[in-house]
Amino acid sequence: MSAAPQAHLLSGGQRLHLHHGPIDLIIGVEGDERQQCFERAVARFQTVLSGLAAELCGLRKPAPHGPFQDPVACRMLRAITPHRGIFVTPMAAVAGAVADEILAAMMQGHTPTKAYVNNGGDIAFHLCHGQQMTSLGPAGQIVLTAQDTARGLATSGWQGRSHSLGIADAVTVAAPTAAAADVAATLIANAVDLPDHPSIERAPAATLNPDSDLGLRAVTTHVPQLSQREIHTALANGARYAQTLVDSGLICQAALTLQGQSMLITAETTPQIGTLVHA
Amino acid sequence: MSTAEKIRCDACPVMCYIADGRAGACDRYANEGGKIIRCDPLVILDKRVAKGDEIKPFLAADWDGRHASGADVVVSAIGSGTTYPDYKPAPFIISRDIDGVDFVTVVTEAIFSYCGVKVKIDTDRHLGAEAAIVRAEGEAIGHVMTAEYGSQMLSLGGVDHLTGGSKPEGRKTCDALLRLCNKQAVELTIDGGSTVVVQAGAAPIVDGVTEDRMRVGCGSATIGMFASQWQGLVDEVVVVDDHITGVVSEHQAGKVIDWPDTGIRIKGRRSTPGRYFKVAEPGKGWGGTDISDPLTILGPWQEKKGARAGLSLLMVSTTGEHSGYYVLNEALEPVEQAMPETLLPSVDLIAQNCEPALCTVLFMGGAGGSLRSGVTTNPIHLTHSVQQDKTRVTIGGAPTYRWPGGGITVMVDVTQVPDGAFGYVPTPALVAPLEFTVSRAEYEALGGHGGSIRDLDDVLANGGEYGSAARVIGAAT
Repeated sequence: MSAAPQAHLLSGGQRLHLHHGPIDLIIGVEGDERQQCFERAVARFQTVLSGLAAELCGLRKPAPHGPFQDPVACRMLRAITPHRGIFVTPMAAVAGAVADEILAAMMQGHTPTKAYVNNGGDIAFHLCHGQQMTSLGPAGQIVLTAQDTARGLATSGWQGRSHSLGIADAVTVAAPTAAAADVAATLIANAVDLPDHPSIERAPAATLNPDSDLGLRAVTTHVPQLSQREIHTALANGARYAQTLVDSGLICQAALTLQGQSMLITAETTPQIGTLVHA
Repeated sequence: MSTAEKIRCDACPVMCYIADGRAGACDRYANEGGKIIRCDPLVILDKRVAKGDEIKPFLAADWDGRHASGADVVVSAIGSGTTYPDYKPAPFIISRDIDGVDFVTVVTEAIFSYCGVKVKIDTDRHLGAEAAIVRAEGEAIGHVMTAEYGSQMLSLGGVDHLTGGSKPEGRKTCDALLRLCNKQAVELTIDGGSTVVVQAGAAPIVDGVTEDRMRVGCGSATIGMFASQWQGLVDEVVVVDDHITGVVSEHQAGKVIDWPDTGIRIKGRRSTPGRYFKVAEPGKGWGGTDISDPLTILGPWQEKKGARAGLSLLMVSTTGEHSGYYVLNEALEPVEQAMPETLLPSVDLIAQNCEPALCTVLFMGGAGGSLRSGVTTNPIHLTHSVQQDKTRVTIGGAPTYRWPGGGITVMVDVTQVPDGAFGYVPTPALVAPLEFTVSRAEYEALGGHGGSIRDLDDVLANGGEYGSAARVIGAAT
């Protein structure tokens, strides 16, 4: 009954779509080695989900007993290790880690001018000198050049595919790896919160998803319309955590969005708030 | 800890346990009543992906292709739809290459503060007076509009109910609209009228009674259609109808086949010969009137105009749902008798000619207003492009009717939109997948900065005119 991994070429062969269970990857490669890179990606993808599934039990625990056998699981564990003193399981890095793993497989013996693995919005990419990567996100357009240290981009929010402890509509993080970006986006999105707000509805994660690594922790199910002050307070809560991650070099920058307002956290700039326009 | 029975999905190696009413990690499979179902609403996308095809605008293939077809399509539909059951964003990846943008990680749905639904309820029954308030869970969410042919119209929602009234009013309105648009059943009560359960594509339930058939026509039209079939079988036929009650002996349709006078008298206001308004009060009885005994609409029979003992009379409602057969006694009073076999087919024929009664829900929303606020260089061009049908607007892939005039105000039959496609924001306002499809040439003609694709993305995703509800697909698990 369990379906096998699927691979399809898109856009006249310029992109590759890999699908297995909850994983959808869109892969792009520029340069002469596209075909070889695609072949490597397809080959590595065959066992990605089965490898992860075998370690799922351990990966859902906040203090996992490593080391794991599976290379993707190892990437996940590495990504969460720097985040001490805060609740997080390796699952917070799963999407980014899969993207990193496939990108790494593609790069073995190949150096295309540009390549990316987009795992449902969590993206690992490779850029040769002079290349740049452009992404449209909730906080606007993000351009990353070869000079930037970021090779990973990830987004998290309470309305996203996984549950969030916070109320951010979207937190987009650029980091050295997609796994690092993934876990940081998750944790910053958790921190964008108004913990005692009476109208924010939450439910134990396990009642919504029996397999959730969040157990009985209260995840956000409804966010009422907030006042400008509340939005600012919640964003500021997330921004403080984001700034510590930027300052420690774990991530390059983060963009936080909540109910039409956004805040950009970088090493250089002080937080700025912009407003999106309602329809 | 578990709120419902959970089952294990074996669609992939993750083997999720999924609670009833929830989707698995993939958002593609869900547990509905203990069964694993495939649930992504935009299956068409998966089909395209499965074919190895690039993802194109929903259902664009059946468009006339005049302005966008095949490789000419530049911007694919950016609607996301939402997955059963809790409107998480669908696993939707835009695969189309767009110059200068390597990937798009958001799907855009439009927030419609200006929106509502028009409901058509197929019934002859009187649901409430025109302009009567319609309530959901006690809050005013709309009003009764006009009565139409065999049906009653309601107008629900609109910005005044959503944001112009009290908070509970806005919330209940939003909730009712959302459920109606997502093809769920909603109970509505009409001030001074009925309680109706409305569900798109289903029969209305009026005061607990499921409506079965939509009338074949008004009483007068029914006479016109069936006069010749009654001739020779019965001396008089009255089709009872709240709007226009028909009498065959007086009606033009009877006159042309020389139907003799019967001396019948109908209480009510005569419109033209054989056609009567207001024979009774509106209600849930015969033909949408309040009567349960049809004889109450008859006055004394007049002997000098043809009434006689033994004269037979068929009374029937516009749906054939009610019928009775009467014979005048010596005192010229109608006395009910068993329906002769010979008349049964004509009553059945009325019923057979009635269509099933349904509720129809059209979502109506405006996306044009702040187009003119000038976030992008030439937003008005996009409006004009839509108005000239050069840019096609779809909602969840379903064709829309665009109102002539200013702005982009469209209507769509919600039964054509994928299940669960509508969501809401706490504003309160509905969120609906909204897609614009343009050809490259037209897009470049829309202007912006050197005709680059980025500008249209601005308009669609960031400009706000077509919605700023940027939702993120996929994040850490």
